[in-house]
Amino acid sequence: MIPAAFDYARPTTVDEALQALAAGGEDAKVLAGGQSLIPVMRLRLAAPSMVVDLTRVTELRGVREEGGDDGALVIGAMTTHSDVVSDPLIAQHAPLIAQATETVADRQVRHRGTFGGALAHADPAGDLPAVALALDAEFVLAGPGGRRTVPAREFFVDYLTTALAEDELLVEVRVPKLAGQWGMHYEKFNRVAQAWSIVAVAAAVRREDGHIAEARIGLTNMGPTPLRATASEQALAGAVAGADAVAEAGPARRRGNLAQRRPQRQGRLPCASRPGAHPPGGQRSGRSPDVGVSRATRELVHRPGSRRRGVAGAARHRADRPLHARRRPGLGHR
Amino acid sequence: MTAVEDRPATAGPAKEVGQARARKEDARLITGRTAWTDNMVLPGMLHLAVVRSPVAHAKLLSVDVEAARSAPNVVAVFTGRDLAEEQGSIPCAWPVTDTMVNPGHPSVAVDEVNHVGEAVAVIVARSKTAAQDAVELVDVDYDPLPVVLDMEQALADGAALTHDHVSTNESFRWIFESGEAGTGGSTDEAFAGAEVVVSRRFVQQRLIPAFMEPRSTVVQPQGDNFTMWSSTQVPHILRIMLAMTTGIPEHKLRVIAPDVGGGFGGKLQVTPEEVLTLLVAKRLGKPVKWTETRSESLMSAHHGRDQVQFIDIAADRDGTVRGLKVHLLADMGAYLRLVTPGVPILGAFMFPAIYKFPAYRFDCQGVFTNKTPTDAYRGAGRPEATFAIERIMDELAVELGMDPLELRRKNWIRAEEFPFTTVAGLEYDSGDYEQATRQALELLGYDELREEQRRRRESGDPVQLGIGFSTFTEMCGLAPSRVLGSLSYGAGGWEHASIRMLPTGKVEVVTGSTPHGQGHETAWSQLVADELGVPFEDVEVLHGDTAISPRGMDTYGSRSLVVGGAAVVNAAQKVVAKARTVAAHLLEASEDDLQFEGGTFSVRGTPGSGVSIQEIALATFAAHNFPDGVEPSIDADATFDPVNFSFPHGTHVCAMEVDTETGMVTIRKYACVDDVGTIVNPLIVEGQIHGGLAQGIAQALYEEAVYDDDGNLTTGTFVDYLVPSAADLPHFDTGNTVHAAPGNPIGAKGVGEAGCIASTPAVVNAALDAVRHLGVSDILMPLTPERVWRALHQGGDGGDRAPAGTNAYGGAQTETTAGVSTPESRLGGDR
Ligand SMILES: Cc1cc2nc3c(=O)[nH]c(=O)nc-3n(C[C@H](O)[C@H](O)[C@H](O)COP(=O)(O)OP(=O)(O)OC[C@H]3O[C@@H](n4cnc5c(N)ncnc54)[C@H](O)[C@@H]3O)c2cc1C
Ligand SMILES: Cc1cc2nc3c(=O)[nH]c(=O)nc-3n(C[C@H](O)[C@H](O)[C@H](O)COP(=O)(O)OP(=O)(O)OC[C@H]3O[C@@H](n4cnc5c(N)ncnc54)[C@H](O)[C@@H]3O)c2cc1C
Repeated sequence: MIPAAFDYARPTTVDEALQALAAGGEDAKVLAGGQSLIPVMRLRLAAPSMVVDLTRVTELRGVREEGGDDGALVIGAMTTHSDVVSDPLIAQHAPLIAQATETVADRQVRHRGTFGGALAHADPAGDLPAVALALDAEFVLAGPGGRRTVPAREFFVDYLTTALAEDELLVEVRVPKLAGQWGMHYEKFNRVAQAWSIVAVAAAVRREDGHIAEARIGLTNMGPTPLRATASEQALAGAVAGADAVAEAGPARRRGNLAQRRPQRQGRLPCASRPGAHPPGGQRSGRSPDVGVSRATRELVHRPGSRRRGVAGAARHRADRPLHARRRPGLGHR
Repeated sequence: MTAVEDRPATAGPAKEVGQARARKEDARLITGRTAWTDNMVLPGMLHLAVVRSPVAHAKLLSVDVEAARSAPNVVAVFTGRDLAEEQGSIPCAWPVTDTMVNPGHPSVAVDEVNHVGEAVAVIVARSKTAAQDAVELVDVDYDPLPVVLDMEQALADGAALTHDHVSTNESFRWIFESGEAGTGGSTDEAFAGAEVVVSRRFVQQRLIPAFMEPRSTVVQPQGDNFTMWSSTQVPHILRIMLAMTTGIPEHKLRVIAPDVGGGFGGKLQVTPEEVLTLLVAKRLGKPVKWTETRSESLMSAHHGRDQVQFIDIAADRDGTVRGLKVHLLADMGAYLRLVTPGVPILGAFMFPAIYKFPAYRFDCQGVFTNKTPTDAYRGAGRPEATFAIERIMDELAVELGMDPLELRRKNWIRAEEFPFTTVAGLEYDSGDYEQATRQALELLGYDELREEQRRRRESGDPVQLGIGFSTFTEMCGLAPSRVLGSLSYGAGGWEHASIRMLPTGKVEVVTGSTPHGQGHETAWSQLVADELGVPFEDVEVLHGDTAISPRGMDTYGSRSLVVGGAAVVNAAQKVVAKARTVAAHLLEASEDDLQFEGGTFSVRGTPGSGVSIQEIALATFAAHNFPDGVEPSIDADATFDPVNFSFPHGTHVCAMEVDTETGMVTIRKYACVDDVGTIVNPLIVEGQIHGGLAQGIAQALYEEAVYDDDGNLTTGTFVDYLVPSAADLPHFDTGNTVHAAPGNPIGAKGVGEAGCIASTPAVVNAALDAVRHLGVSDILMPLTPERVWRALHQGGDGGDRAPAGTNAYGGAQTETTAGVSTPESRLGGDR
């Protein structure tokens, strides 16, 4: 439980952080809340030569509004999960984020873990990527050549892989404000309070005159990246807001939903997600997206607004692709 | 003395026994402001780190430690070859048969490694960090051998061997047949004559004790003496075994178990690391510390359970049971540790449970595999037995179309039949199964839940409800030395206590039962306060240090109160007897005329006279005015060795919701009524029951140690090995009936394992009751959503879990485990 030695930088501005990252080369790692990075370093599954700690970069913290009613919320990458949960702007404009964040781990982890860290880590079992995808968030990345904005659909590239380049930082996430009468719900399916999602569904539905005008559904842990259930979204659009429409949209559209899986782009994929493998969340495992989709949306139709879930505990984590692979008894060999 | 005079003669002081005293040890244990072994810092102390095998079975071609030796701050590196002469074998104190095969268990591998996590070298450095860094530098050349993992395959002809130098994978075969033992009829005849036979194969998955405090050992050499601090349940046993293993004379070795953060059997061991720390300290003449990481603990501390159970039950159509046959395969893992082979034998006598079987056969094979050794885990043998019998009773009920409770009632021992000698030859002491069952049903609200179950079935609710029973008993108070001897156990089962009356009237109680979180200090204080009539606060309980508590057998098998507590009571009574002589002298009265009440001796019929036992302690210290020919001490020792075990029992009832769409199971309600004999402290009893329930439910629903095809433990972190927290457990409705145990002066039966033994089958029976009408008759433990879903939608028992763990920490996404990923485990098994 002692990490290998590493160099350490603690910048106070984004520019300094970018310089430190550039200086550290390809073995440099950004440290946000450390809730994913530090465990793998302690197990020596990752051994970065340089760690760039963002905890003192205050400009990366906090939530602000941009523009008017059709503007966006801007969430700093270093805003902690617990700040997200209690933030009034998020409660007002994107309660889905707060609701999903409340299911992340336990209070201790939420005090350190960050919104940006969870998204940059891009764990498909993480709760926030699917939410960001469902809300059509945009990711603002800063690099040596300046800033660029990447939509959520392009940010999550593959298993634990994002559009972030090695010398880039995620600085903030812009979440468009939703106009109209929206209901949102995050339904998480896990075995014990500490466990990560087996699957989860983020759903947001806009109602108009008793009909579903628009639905957005994000799926957690049903593929190497978060997914949008586009076919279910389409099936719901225009339907009468009621349990029947929801029941229809779930199972009937499974194939369509799963077809939305992003094409595999690079690297060796976990066997499961290799082309030709069974569709993630497919029919054989009990990890059925249909039930989740129906339940998440059913919940909305019955109880618009966000339902609070009990505090979820925590104790689970997963690795970065290890930087330095070593044989490690008990953790399988590499 | 005025207080005594004023008190009306009738109203004695409130009894301590029975009071819900808050545990006096908890403040320091909970805040951690105490001496855990890893807190020890000694001048010049060195640190150990263990290099462990990443392969399950291989010859060691070479272990190159040169680079590690020259790493900064490394003092020494030892391999198996370096220590081969001194290390001996980890002792196995329970050779269950004369012909038992014991391959020998080096603390650090010399020629061959036999499981992942086995030590291949130890690094000694000036800091833990330096030691850990150097682990990376040891270069081991492994020549792989075939890996044996599955017990049934291991016993097949031509199977690969777990140990290259041992010609079989069978360690022993142990058979009990009531027809031959004379405790019942012939089993074959009973089966031949029965109208119905039901046969099942149950699997007791492998579990990890997962105590909260990782193991830690510190050894300090002083001249030719050694003091070892270790996070152990068994300092006394450890001292004897280390002396016999390493050749360090017993009187030169002192072992101290300071406060210990849990054990559950996992610290009932003589561990390789304890031997290594001692040998290294001896070699270097310096204090040495070893503390494990959680990963090391999960991988290399012994595991529990892991049996395949073939159960046949014979009965008549009216439900009368005729016979029971048990064939067990018990996974020893790669080596025999302290009581590895004895664990299934502890269960041997408990399969017939509370039922009046006329014939019984038990046949157990101990099997070696290339996995971490197994050994005692809470309940040790009895949870396995209880699971099998309570599950098969339900299966029989289904076969006969009977209510499961009716079937049990028809066959269980009735209250008026105690003491009752079972077909396994045990004499059950006391109890009333009917009464406990009635109370449990009331606590549960049985009738309403059955009604709700009916409604849900009729409406085809996606969430079905089931109710499961476990009417269990267990044998505990591991003691009777003669019985243990007849089972070839290497030690007795008595327990020792001594009481020292200090001059100021305070009392020191020395117990040989070394607690590791159970609350002995509180319970013992209550016992002594009553016996001596001194305030609870005036009693201090000392334990865990072989120099302070020279004789003891320590804590396991729910024995402490029943055996150790009884020794304390007996010692206290001896103190009172000695004090009586002194009191008679001081009061100038005959001993026969004295009464002892509320801690004070007084002359019967002479109010106002009297001397308290605490005053007598001072008078004894001074010894100025003492009876002639009497030695000036009222201290006393006692050793208690009961003639029989004690048999707690109870009825546990679980109501379970099963979501047929997702396979998720949720305990709706859990009620249990336990008879643990006399209750010394209801708070402690409740606490032990709760903890036991958590562990038993965890076996049913959450925990499983999974190995992949190469013998890697893929549940190597708490991310994959799911230990439930309070948030995952239901409210427990608990109750008690009290039938005092006749075999000890307290009347207690032991409670440490009851909840863990009883609960597992109640939970599984409940889940099956919810979905049996959908065609499901068994689901392998733990009941993961995936398994339940598969059993519901694809038939069968849910199947094995995918060996791939989650991808947490790279656990699953490795070359090996990704390669074995199955369709069911695409993203890493049941995450
Ligand atoms: C016990 C436990 C349980 C958990 N359970 C859950 C759960 O149920 N659901 C869930 O969603 N999550 C869970 N998590 C993870 C949690 O959400 C973490 O906070 C998150 O995964 C990582 O955030 P972090 O701020 O700690 O990032 P870190 O661990 O510091 O970093 C994670 C990765 O992201 C990179 N990174 C971080 N910030 C940036 C940035 N600004 N720019 C570029 N790269 C960056 C790092 O280099 C690293 O590779 C759990 C964690 C723990 C410890
Ligand atoms: C071979 C073997 C090894 C085992 N090893 C361990 C082990 O090492 N650790 C472990 O945790 N489990 C172990 N078990 C399981 C068992 O759970 C422990 O023995 C138990 O945790 C505590 O044991 P005990 O002897 O103190 O139990 P008990 O004597 O049943 O007592 C447990 C605690 O409850 C109190 N208590 C008990 N009865 C009463 C009563 N009537 N009134 C008031 N207080 C009461 C006692 O004072 C004590 O503090 C083992 C079982 C076997 C068969």
